[in-house]
Amino acid sequence: MKEGMTVIVKTITRFVGVMIMLFGVYIVLHGHLSPGGGFAGGVLLASGFILLTLAFGKDVSLKILPQWLASALESVGALIFLGMALLGFAGGFFFLNLLPKGEAGELMSAGIIPLCNIGIGIKVGAALFAVFMVLIMLRIRPGKEE
Amino acid sequence: MQFLPLFVAVPLLVAFVIPLLARWNKWMPDILGNLATLYLLVAATGLYFIRPFNNIMIYKMGGWVPPFGINLVLDGLSHLLLLTVCLIAFMATFYSIAYMRKYTGKGKYYVLFLLMLAGMNGVVLTGDLFNLYVFLEIAAVASYALVAFGTEAEELEASFKYLVMGALASAFILLGIGIIYGMTGTLNMADAARLLANVGTAGKMFVSAFFIMGFGLKAALVPFHAWLPDAHPSAPAPISAMLSGVLIKALGVYAIVRIFYNVIGVTPQLSYILMVLGAASMLVGVLLAIGQWDFKRLLAYHSISQIGYVILGLGLGTPLGIMGGLFHLFNHALFKSLLFLNAGAVEYTVGTRQLEEMGGLSKKMPVTSATSLAASMSIAGIPPFNGFWSKLFIILACIQAGRLWFALAAIIGSLLTLASFLKVQK
Amino acid sequence: MVYFLCFLLFLIGLYCIVTKKNLLKIIIGLVIVEYAVNLFLVLLGYKTGGHAPIINLAAPDWIYVDPLPQALVLTSIVIGLAVLALVVAIAMRIYERYGTFDITQIRKLRG
Repeated sequence: MKEGMTVIVKTITRFVGVMIMLFGVYIVLHGHLSPGGGFAGGVLLASGFILLTLAFGKDVSLKILPQWLASALESVGALIFLGMALLGFAGGFFFLNLLPKGEAGELMSAGIIPLCNIGIGIKVGAALFAVFMVLIMLRIRPGKEE
Repeated sequence: MQFLPLFVAVPLLVAFVIPLLARWNKWMPDILGNLATLYLLVAATGLYFIRPFNNIMIYKMGGWVPPFGINLVLDGLSHLLLLTVCLIAFMATFYSIAYMRKYTGKGKYYVLFLLMLAGMNGVVLTGDLFNLYVFLEIAAVASYALVAFGTEAEELEASFKYLVMGALASAFILLGIGIIYGMTGTLNMADAARLLANVGTAGKMFVSAFFIMGFGLKAALVPFHAWLPDAHPSAPAPISAMLSGVLIKALGVYAIVRIFYNVIGVTPQLSYILMVLGAASMLVGVLLAIGQWDFKRLLAYHSISQIGYVILGLGLGTPLGIMGGLFHLFNHALFKSLLFLNAGAVEYTVGTRQLEEMGGLSKKMPVTSATSLAASMSIAGIPPFNGFWSKLFIILACIQAGRLWFALAAIIGSLLTLASFLKVQK
Repeated sequence: MVYFLCFLLFLIGLYCIVTKKNLLKIIIGLVIVEYAVNLFLVLLGYKTGGHAPIINLAAPDWIYVDPLPQALVLTSIVIGLAVLALVVAIAMRIYERYGTFDITQIRKLRG
């Protein structure tokens, strides 16, 4: 069976896939200024990888991001988020917004919120990609009546 | 004062660390999981010395003052349930060290278990309505995955049924929370309680209906109990103990008590509805249990019946009734999880769950049969075991409040429970 | 009026869950129910003439719609996604074991 889709799709994906992932990173980083944030940006990142899988077949994307790395990234993303929350203990309360808050509308502002967004973005992207991989790699053997 | 968020943060932390470290050592997930639950148990009992007596401990998350922020509240009811949850969780993880040798994917089991534990601790500790929903969902989704853990055919079917009904119940709960927000404009429980006093009873009855449907399904009250006899036997034994022992109580009964006693306010009609549901659960559970030959399914039907006792006690509203209900809740957590862990030990050794095929095991497994005897006497309500005292309180409270039919139903339920457990003991 | 339509959507989803026999159609019914509840929550926050709740420094006297239900709905969508992923994985495994998606045939647990 021929892996992946036709030549037209493969050529376009080479350009567009990277742009989708860049757009996802933009949404994650600007989470405190415009709609989006960690979750929506993470979904976009995962969509970029999924597009790559659909167009080229799963071996190519597994070479870029193998299964174990996706699981590890998921845990790391969650630990970043939890670490930010526990860091608030230094200021006396859980989840306290410690780091200096700039003015409204600047990119580097709002304390720990952009860092939390990055953690969530990594986690959601890796998790959705792993879920997608597991779902398509399940080999269906129907008809096992017992 | 800084302890309260740790009850949620520590299980989450260990749950996210286990996938990273699971490769180093085969026993690493066991060690980390047991350390986490041991720490939680010690912390939960230690809180007894820190908390000022008869007072409430409040923790403002992030320093935001309520009603803008979310706060964690620890009052007497929360503390009792926190202790129950942590105790049963520690017993279950300790049991899992040996039991999970049969299953692959032990690391994932511990991750899901710790997530479920974090969710339950969060439900018990939170003082904010939407936070309650979020933690409820965390615990519920972890339990859906844990019920299907062995991926045998029956487990998958049971998990699917449980999942669809549970997700529907959560949708009802979210709808109810949305309506409360629409009526009062705040999500904090104490604030909503204050503002809901001004709302008319039609709105409150509408919201109460949604909450009874939603939380009643989580607590396996009678019209909504259909998922429990399939889900509880199919799970691995320590998960059955956790599900039956604490999950239906922390998510179902505790949430009902919180929402109805603290936020919406109990009216006589509402208390009567709770009592009727409780009595129906008692009788239906026990009647359906008598014909069962599968050990764990029998125990699952008994869970429905015992939760009926608890809701009956809590629905009465008199001080003796509430005390009896809560005492029975704690007792049931203890002896039901003991029974499920025994069933798991028997299944591990004998390889089957059908009662007709087991017989005369007391010579081969003396410890298990002694503990099983103690637990059966306790659940049937024979003095001086603890089940007797809590059922006595509930029956006395019924008689004191003048509801004689309910007392009669409770006594009948108790006798039938005794009958089915005599069958088990043979 | 619009709340009534929301409730109608909820009832359609409930009808799908209760009467359909194919596993995948039950899953779709569940998704419709969750969607209806999320829609209801977002509609609660609407104020007449409101704008999207992102602070625009150039127009300081806009009315903003209530942002709190939007935060609630964001969380609820994430939870719905997690449940959906889990239920689809379970449905695929059920197909592998039973060979069918028909729920009248998946009846090993009785009594």
